[in-house]
Amino acid sequence: MNGNSGPAIDVTGLNKHFGAKHVVRDLTLSVNRGEIFGFLGPNGSGKTTSIRMLCGLLTPDSGSGTCLGFDVIRETAAIKREVGYMTQRFSLWEDLTIRENLDFVARMYGMHDRTRVVAEAVEELGLADRRDQLAGELSGGWKQRLALAACLLHRPKLLLLDEPTAGVDPKARRDFWEEIYRLAAQGISVLVSTHYMDEAERCHRLAYISAGTLLAKGTAAEVIAAQHLTAWSVSGPDLVEVVDRLRGKPGVEHITPFGATVHVTGRDAAALEQSLKSLTLGPGHHAERIDAGLEDVFISLMARAPDEARQ
Amino acid sequence: MSRSVFSYRRWIGILVKEFIQVKRDRLTFGMIVGIPVLQLLLFGFAINTDPKNLPTVVYAADSSIFSRSFVAALENTGYFKVTSLAPNEAEAQRMIAEGVAQFVVTIPADFSRKLARGERPEVLVEADATDPTAVSNAVSAVQRIAATALTRDLQGVLGRSIPAPPPVDIRVQRRYNPEGVVAYNIVPGLLGTILTMTMILMTGLAITRERERGTFENLLSTPALPIEVMTGKIVPYILIGLIQVALILLAARFVFGVPMQGSLLLLLGVVLIFIAANLTLGIMFSSIARNQLQAMQMTFFFFLPSILLSGFMFPFRGMPEWAQWIGNVLPLTHFLLLVRGILLKGNGLDVLWPQIWPIVAFMLAVILIGLRFYRRTLD
Repeated sequence: MNGNSGPAIDVTGLNKHFGAKHVVRDLTLSVNRGEIFGFLGPNGSGKTTSIRMLCGLLTPDSGSGTCLGFDVIRETAAIKREVGYMTQRFSLWEDLTIRENLDFVARMYGMHDRTRVVAEAVEELGLADRRDQLAGELSGGWKQRLALAACLLHRPKLLLLDEPTAGVDPKARRDFWEEIYRLAAQGISVLVSTHYMDEAERCHRLAYISAGTLLAKGTAAEVIAAQHLTAWSVSGPDLVEVVDRLRGKPGVEHITPFGATVHVTGRDAAALEQSLKSLTLGPGHHAERIDAGLEDVFISLMARAPDEARQ
Repeated sequence: MSRSVFSYRRWIGILVKEFIQVKRDRLTFGMIVGIPVLQLLLFGFAINTDPKNLPTVVYAADSSIFSRSFVAALENTGYFKVTSLAPNEAEAQRMIAEGVAQFVVTIPADFSRKLARGERPEVLVEADATDPTAVSNAVSAVQRIAATALTRDLQGVLGRSIPAPPPVDIRVQRRYNPEGVVAYNIVPGLLGTILTMTMILMTGLAITRERERGTFENLLSTPALPIEVMTGKIVPYILIGLIQVALILLAARFVFGVPMQGSLLLLLGVVLIFIAANLTLGIMFSSIARNQLQAMQMTFFFFLPSILLSGFMFPFRGMPEWAQWIGNVLPLTHFLLLVRGILLKGNGLDVLWPQIWPIVAFMLAVILIGLRFYRRTLD
């Protein structure tokens, strides 16, 4: 089969129900070869279910599409052989050692030069001297690196990473992303779900899903532009009181504290500006218009999602 | 410095949280309420260590009024229930080997003649003593009737006083376990109970553990096929089961001196069927249970009736009919008869078949039920 041309992921109208719950709704998504694609959305929005459908763990109720050129409904076996899936929760065997875990995974993919591949992976991980340590004894950062090494073992063409950096310290996160860039440069496509805005901004393209519905997709700049959001930054003393007075004013949709400032956002630029102007700010206060960031956009999307997405 | 004082309110908070959690886990809650009630009813009424009405085959070569009185006297003790009259000795022997009859009573051809002459004829009572406790009360009852069974007949017909020694010489023969060694019964029985426990529990836990820890998802995301995963996870436990069997048999032979009359190859075959039945149940439990604790509770729920109603701990024939019916569903009940039959009686396949097919039927039923629950993917 063709595994090397066309988009890495190309699915249309995928749906999934669990009982009466419509978990994923008409998911249409395309990820190019060598692209790092960010998958964002609040908890329980259907990210994990979508990823499981892409790698053949769940069968979609309806819809169609391909993953690495293989049909997502009929050719799941072929997909599993060429996709590396890293689960949200650490899912290697805690009562096996690092080497035993990697060796087991290598056997599952029927690799012939198992011993060499595992030895190399252990070496690359920098865990050569700890290879006989139980996986359960590793810290969160090391577990995550081991899990990534395990799903790279069979040289997949597509990586599906489900919140890979949750609960990992900033240094480990940065190292992890360096690795992701290195892999993408080698032509591996990556779909990664995350809650972190800095990680979202690192992706070539991203999609935002809420309550099972894809609400926005494109590059970070495109996603921001599409929301037509105006943002103001207000700084000065007694911001709590300022926030109280702003709340409910025309044009003011969201007020979010950002350290020593608050971001006030809304889609009606004129009304928002009017509200801010009419507010008699104290002498130390300062309000300026800023470019809306991804985080402003996501907070706005998250708050609107329920009414727009449901039914 | 603040002092740590036992806080009643904190303590109540912990109690309340615990009760809420117990209530949430519906299976556990059901077990807490269900187990005592069900088992009290089940075992309270079912278990009887003094079994009566034991099935008895009479082979009477002499069909006089005396033999009929003797048999009636046996039945009057309450321990014997004549289920059939054997046409010949071979037929009577077959029935005790098969386990259909617990006793064979043989009345010799010259019974009434010798009785009339005061020559004290011998009556042979053979007991299937594979389970010595099941027959011990019946055996002692037999001895008591020797003196009184024929009192009325002898006085009425022959008009003679009863001689000081009883008119009948009752010879009791404990077959298969002449010394009444309890270990001969218990040790082969342990083979069944230990296999039941480990096979169901180990497979149940092995599969629910993967699901509970999330590693099942990882396994399913690899190209591994469900059939590979399932059989791959089960075969090690079959080997463990066989090691247990070997250990128990070695101990039975060399520590407890249990006789081994039958074919060990046949025993191995029977053991494999029994292991298979328990494994399928373990797999079914694991596909219903959401976590290891539930798998454990289900195993326990099955294990208790298995040891109490199978005839392992208490005589099977002492139980009321409904309890015997439940017991007959359990594979252990049949396995115990098979193992005792092979080891103590030296039975062959022809005699064992009636106990083999119920285990196979149990297994097929479990597979049918299990298929309804089996989840192939994460759907």
